[in-house]
Amino acid sequence: MKTDLLAQLLLDRAAKRQVVLATDMATGDGQLLYPAETAGGDELVAAARRVMVADKSGIVELADGRRVFLHVHNPALRMLIVGAVHIAQPLSQMAVLAGYDVAIVDPRREFASQDRFPGVTIIDAWPDDGVDQFAPDRRTAIVTLTHDPKLDDPALIKVLRTDVFYIGCLGSNRTHGKRLERLAAEGFGEADFARIHGPVGLDIGAKSPAEIAISIMGEITGALRRPASAVAKTVAKAAAKAAAKAAE
Amino acid sequence: MTTMTTDVVEHDKVLEKAAEWKAAGKGVALATVVATWGSSPRPVGSQLVVDDSGDFVGSVSGGCIEGAVVTEARQTIADGQTRLIDYGISDETAWQVGLACGGKCEIFIEPVE
Repeated sequence: MKTDLLAQLLLDRAAKRQVVLATDMATGDGQLLYPAETAGGDELVAAARRVMVADKSGIVELADGRRVFLHVHNPALRMLIVGAVHIAQPLSQMAVLAGYDVAIVDPRREFASQDRFPGVTIIDAWPDDGVDQFAPDRRTAIVTLTHDPKLDDPALIKVLRTDVFYIGCLGSNRTHGKRLERLAAEGFGEADFARIHGPVGLDIGAKSPAEIAISIMGEITGALRRPASAVAKTVAKAAAKAAAKAAE
Repeated sequence: MTTMTTDVVEHDKVLEKAAEWKAAGKGVALATVVATWGSSPRPVGSQLVVDDSGDFVGSVSGGCIEGAVVTEARQTIADGQTRLIDYGISDETAWQVGLACGGKCEIFIEPVE
């Protein structure tokens, strides 16, 4: 590996960029690929995108016979939960098991005690300040659980301006509709709404807090591992909503 | 906290150590697990950095092939050639590192230059 390539790789990792190092196994020639930052690309970039999304480094054989080792350098997965409510307990535990670094933001000290959330960072702040402290990135999922606009909205307004891979909001269709109206008043539009999974979680009939956490974790996993289908789903949801609004 | 997080941390150290040793004027080679079969103890992407005196940081196995990899890596530092080497981990050795059956891994060794 060339030292300038190594230096750039270390810079990318420090900046939490998703980078794939492609090394030709015959010649040792290396190059850095950024498939998360572009669409399309050649055979090598497409292969790099696959291994990046799957988080699985490995050798690919290209059409011209070259064997290339694709080394995925993904930043750690992170989750920010807004609201140290009951569902946050199983959700944070499941997220830790799935490999996420988890933080919970809640300014209400009696909710956010460390005893209730072992192994999780507690951010004792208003959610907008909490989002700033957490500094979300492309490998971050954020879930708002308070259903209190005072707490959820300031966090949402912040994260919609970042490139987190998942945004989920607890609350019924009706609650979610009102939430979108408030966000529209803040200047957000359909493209922003399409990023929000609301009501949060997969539709699996979850009842208990642990089951709801499973449905949320499942949806986040889908957004992480099958990003195209997650986008298609939220876009379809937004289109259906827009059509319903137009019919009124 | 989790295996993934631990890997990321170890990983960081290896590449930074490679840059640090290189900047200090040492001969440096990097060994990377590029493929595994069976119950190989370290996942694909695991790395080991070696300097010209044989000091190393990181791991590519549970300890059973590190000695051989360091020897090959010093050859790479000396001749500047990349190497791709298959290692079979015998049932007996695999048992010693805590695995009930043998594994196999392929290690790519390259100079940092």
